[in-house]
Amino acid sequence: MADAGRVLLILALLSSLYGLGASLYGARTGRTEWVDSARRAMYVVAGIAAVAFVILDVAFITSDFSYSVVASGSSTTTPFFYRAAAIWSTQQGSLLLWVMLLAFWSSLALFLTRHRVREIVPYAQAVLFGMAVFFTGLNVLFANPFKTTVAPPAEGAGLDPLLRHTTMMVHPPMLYSGYTLALVPFAFCVGALVSGRLGAEWIQVTRRFALASWLCLGIGLLLGARWSYTELGWGGYWAWDPVENAALMPWLVCTAYIHSIMIQEKRGMLKVWNASLVLLTGTMAIVGDFLVRSGILSSIHAFVSDPTLNVSFVGLISLMVIGSVWLVTRRRDRLTSDHKLDSLISREGVFLLQNVVLVALTAVIFWLTFFPLISEAITGTETSVGPPVFARFVVPLALVVVALSGIGPIIPWRRVTMAKLRRAFAFPVAAGLGTLLVLAFVSGVTEHVFAYLMFGLGAFVVASVAQEFFRGTRARRAMTGDGAGGALLALVARNRRRYGGYLVHAGVAVALVGVAASTSFQHQRTATLLPGQSARVAGYDVKYVRPTASATAQKISFGAVLAVSRGGHHVTTLATSYGLYPSLDPMHPIGRFFNGSSESRVGLDAGALRDLWVVVAPNVTPLQSLISTGDVKIARALLSTEKLPAAQQASQLNTIYQLRDILINELAQRFVTHPWKTQFLMEVSPLVTWLWLGAIIAACGGLIALWPVPSRPRHGALSVRRRGAALPATAAPTTTPEPEPERERELV
Amino acid sequence: MAYVLVLIVLAVAVYLISAPLRAARRPDDADSPTADVAELEAERDAKYREIRDAELDLRTGKLSDADHAALDGSLRAEAVQILHRLDEARAPASERIPSAP
Repeated sequence: MADAGRVLLILALLSSLYGLGASLYGARTGRTEWVDSARRAMYVVAGIAAVAFVILDVAFITSDFSYSVVASGSSTTTPFFYRAAAIWSTQQGSLLLWVMLLAFWSSLALFLTRHRVREIVPYAQAVLFGMAVFFTGLNVLFANPFKTTVAPPAEGAGLDPLLRHTTMMVHPPMLYSGYTLALVPFAFCVGALVSGRLGAEWIQVTRRFALASWLCLGIGLLLGARWSYTELGWGGYWAWDPVENAALMPWLVCTAYIHSIMIQEKRGMLKVWNASLVLLTGTMAIVGDFLVRSGILSSIHAFVSDPTLNVSFVGLISLMVIGSVWLVTRRRDRLTSDHKLDSLISREGVFLLQNVVLVALTAVIFWLTFFPLISEAITGTETSVGPPVFARFVVPLALVVVALSGIGPIIPWRRVTMAKLRRAFAFPVAAGLGTLLVLAFVSGVTEHVFAYLMFGLGAFVVASVAQEFFRGTRARRAMTGDGAGGALLALVARNRRRYGGYLVHAGVAVALVGVAASTSFQHQRTATLLPGQSARVAGYDVKYVRPTASATAQKISFGAVLAVSRGGHHVTTLATSYGLYPSLDPMHPIGRFFNGSSESRVGLDAGALRDLWVVVAPNVTPLQSLISTGDVKIARALLSTEKLPAAQQASQLNTIYQLRDILINELAQRFVTHPWKTQFLMEVSPLVTWLWLGAIIAACGGLIALWPVPSRPRHGALSVRRRGAALPATAAPTTTPEPEPERERELV
Repeated sequence: MAYVLVLIVLAVAVYLISAPLRAARRPDDADSPTADVAELEAERDAKYREIRDAELDLRTGKLSDADHAALDGSLRAEAVQILHRLDEARAPASERIPSAP
């Protein structure tokens, strides 16, 4: 089936090229049948990519090592679910996943807009096809997943142990969905700029894609953080790694865009800004993919550097940047604002400030992420930038964003009186100041000024959102007489964008409080212990109760059981392990089980207020002499079988491998029977759970905001007509014979 | 098997992609609004949302009655203007009322 896969990829490339040409021809000539034909070509690309993906995934699942990517990224001993997901652990397979997702989301966008924005669609379609040509071209020419070998190995190299985590199933597809979804608003923005149709419609039709991109990137980031926290064994969830930053940057710009488009929708303002943000988000998505694939910046998440891919990506990114600047400049006369800002103390004023801060935050992260490359280009020496440098610049800006996310919900559009402002701010400000006051008496909290401020601001945001829900529910009850629960549900259901957004604000605030607490007040120590010995961390006594070990031909695992107590009272029992996966080193038949890849499984007791986290880092040096002896003996035994007849050789080899397995098991068990000092990393971190909880709240809010509103009741929802409110004289209709009451009725 | 799969995919692709070209040529999609109308409808929907938001802001105590009255009045005036422009855009060219000089 590899041949079929190769041909299908070429078909996808040809269909993309056809779609690109047909879209442009249809746009230039106004012949809609060519545009429709091109749209169908996108469905075809999506279908072909899906079939190709299934063919490759079946090869992974069935361990067909004639495929080079399967041999390098999987093995017969890799568990089924990891074999199914191993496809995106390789450069080639992940490119195919990208093509499939890009074609799928593009097809969905083009299907939903098939009767709308008809002047914009042909150009947007051409941009999406341009992307499809680029990525399918890479797959066909430089990273073909269907490349086969004449002599397939009996066993594959296996999936990198660090990737053997349940999150592996979801995290990469979620991030790729976020990246590819971001290209839909990008394409429609380009279409709007080229066609000159720069009204609100293209924003309306792509808003959900922007929101979906934001949500997918956010969930991807969260899952990546969780993966890091429970698997990597370094004790954190965010390391300011270039690839992590690559997903964070488009997420931040997308956050700014989701807010600022509301100003354009409502007021016809910020058109240049919005177009720039959409184009920047799309470009950042490609930059993100570039950082993952290029390996130009040191990252544990990146693929091995490939100069051909790097040149191609640099070309695409340059084209996107130059094209974006040219288009916005060319259309600047049509991007003028319809209105001016009435007052800085208004929701649009807050949104504007929040936009500036978010873009500044992105610029800072971009600069620090690429600083090693820039410093190397200028000085010849690569300078690494660590988390403390990021924190120094990012934390103050993050505080401002959090503050604004609390102010935004309680301030109305356009204008506000001071009396209303005071009333709106009273409770949230009291909650924030009250929190600061209480925490001022908690020992050590005020020493970490930024974290202390974040706690106050977090309380302010949560209080402002709670106040909004309370007041909205109360108003709804007054109008309908519903019970509190029913009124709340109806309120949210009828105003999903608004209240979904508020939930996101509360969730992000809760998450950032968790981040501030867990990074500022974390207690960490390294201890080297024998069974029975204890170490103290943050008032907890951690006792190394007993070692554990297990060995199979696929993995050797050294672990430990630890009992945690506080003040003499047992708190919890933690189990941690360190897994060693064999390398393919033929010279060391025993040693290869100890010199391959490794993974850590942390012992974790997560609580609402603190996490107890421990990981074992066993030292196998005491086994080294036995390993060397075993290597020599097994190698000799294997050598002695070479001159035997085939049948006898097979029998002999079987016996030797059985002996080898027994020996490996014996070696592993020495960790239990003759325990030696073992190193542990221990942490007590407060409020880590708040990070996950806040992220889940934010994701729920995002889903609510994304959920479609039934089209009919939407306009009828202006339930209270103020019959006394006469239209101003300027609004009196002069060009239509329709009576005024009819106009009013249509409004409500 | 592989060749059969490729042939099936190729046949389906050609059939799907060529369908609009094989069909009788349409001058335009009769059911689709013109670009101007669609843009105005988008503006109208946005304005409706803004009116509803202002109403909610009043009911949740963010706007005073006086502020809301002024805001609501101007929003409705803007909405009516959009509706007028929408009428004009929807009307056949012969029925359009010329704008004032």
